[in-house]
Amino acid sequence: MKKLFQEFIKGIIRENPTFVLVLGLCPTLAVSVSVANGLGMGIAATFVLLGSSAIISLVKKFIPDQIRIPCYIVVIATFVTIAELCMKAYSPVLDRALGIYVPLIVVNCIVLGRAEAFACKNSVAASFFDGLGMGVGFTLALMLISAIRELLGTGKIFGHTLIGSFEPVFVFGMPSGALLVIGLLLGFFNYLKRRKA
Amino acid sequence: MKNNLQCSVSPHIHINETTAKIMWWVAASLIPAGIAGVFIFGLNALWVIILSILSALLAELSWQVITKRKVTIFDGSAFLTGLILAYNLPPGVPFWLPVVGAFFSIIIGKQLFGGLGQNIFNPALVGRVFLMASWPHYMTSFIRPLAYDTVTSATPLAALKEGKAIEHISTLDLLLGLRGGCIGEVCIIALLLGAVILLIKGYISWHIPFTYIATTGVFTYIFAGKHLFAGDWLFHILSGGLILGAFFMATDYVATPLTRKGQIIFGIGCGLLTGVIRLWGGYPEGVAYSILMMNAVTPLIDRYTKSRVYGAI
Repeated sequence: MKKLFQEFIKGIIRENPTFVLVLGLCPTLAVSVSVANGLGMGIAATFVLLGSSAIISLVKKFIPDQIRIPCYIVVIATFVTIAELCMKAYSPVLDRALGIYVPLIVVNCIVLGRAEAFACKNSVAASFFDGLGMGVGFTLALMLISAIRELLGTGKIFGHTLIGSFEPVFVFGMPSGALLVIGLLLGFFNYLKRRKA
Repeated sequence: MKNNLQCSVSPHIHINETTAKIMWWVAASLIPAGIAGVFIFGLNALWVIILSILSALLAELSWQVITKRKVTIFDGSAFLTGLILAYNLPPGVPFWLPVVGAFFSIIIGKQLFGGLGQNIFNPALVGRVFLMASWPHYMTSFIRPLAYDTVTSATPLAALKEGKAIEHISTLDLLLGLRGGCIGEVCIIALLLGAVILLIKGYISWHIPFTYIATTGVFTYIFAGKHLFAGDWLFHILSGGLILGAFFMATDYVATPLTRKGQIIFGIGCGLLTGVIRLWGGYPEGVAYSILMMNAVTPLIDRYTKSRVYGAI
């Protein structure tokens, strides 16, 4: 049980997919305009990670090594389709905001990366918690980035005005602003890590 | 390739040059353009310049104190960054704008890369582009020359971009700087005076400015007119920030190629990009973006124009 908890917790800080593994930057750059978008994207990706890691771990014995990537992609695509259709049915606004980036979770490096690096070598339960931890880590990173961008770019958080008389910094609403925020946060976390070591 | 670093036999000649001395000379050579800008646009321009310089110095000082580095605010580089940033701002901007821009220039554009000598982009231009992307409204409202109030006017290039009939601007007005524009870019005569000082002192070479301006001129002559080879090239050279950019920003020591051949490639690249952005891009002016883009490929240019080591095979 303790080991499973370890698998879960490592994805949040020690092996955070965004800030430590630096994977899945494309959706991070694209959807982190507002916290709501970041949260939606994070939940969708977490669901896909959970499901695909567990299933791939379950069938790892039957998958021939030469064609493992196509097999993983089929499993991942299945979960992405479920997530996409659910989002379309229950939250059309969010679906419109995220647009093409929901189907593109299929090629998110985090999902395939965890399948390759973890799920194909570990037990189902461990893979499940690994996927959950990575998903939560991804969601938290997305929310941190999008909170900074939404606050600086519009003066709001979750659509509520926080700072009244504020000249919004437009650049943070654009992809260049996302690169700036991610770069600065990466540098900051690396600095913290180096200081601890 | 054992001996990359060759040292010849003595005697060696010591040149009495320091980074600080060059920086202060460049700053001094920019003063005429600043005086002209303040004269043309009024005292508000002077406050923008002073605030920008002070903020740049404060940003450098506070970063170096916080990170416990050697304080180098007297080497003139932060001063120069603040000065050039102010020259790139419209004269009527609110006073917090140069402060934010200068801090961004120094902290993000320079110190995070490792300080002077390590920055891959011209810090002042990084600040300008950040302000341009963040508060485009302030960065594109210009003041009518010699009006000393807030009567706004478009720059000649912006008017051209919007397809408006340009109110006739004579070449003399362009040379004197009697047009809407950024503080330091308008008075061409004052800028050329400073440029001549730097060229005579040998602090900049002709390669980048000449190829840059000539390429922009040829490009606009060919493509800017109603049909080919009928463009108003003189207008394009004298308006916008081309002269300021070519002599004072594209010649930045740190972010430009080292070899003569590389500098010529750099200048031609800047000229082509400026022409493309002005004629077909979304912005009326492209000097800042083209210099930054060429800054980005400078390491590549340096790699391919490296002079051969003498005696190496």
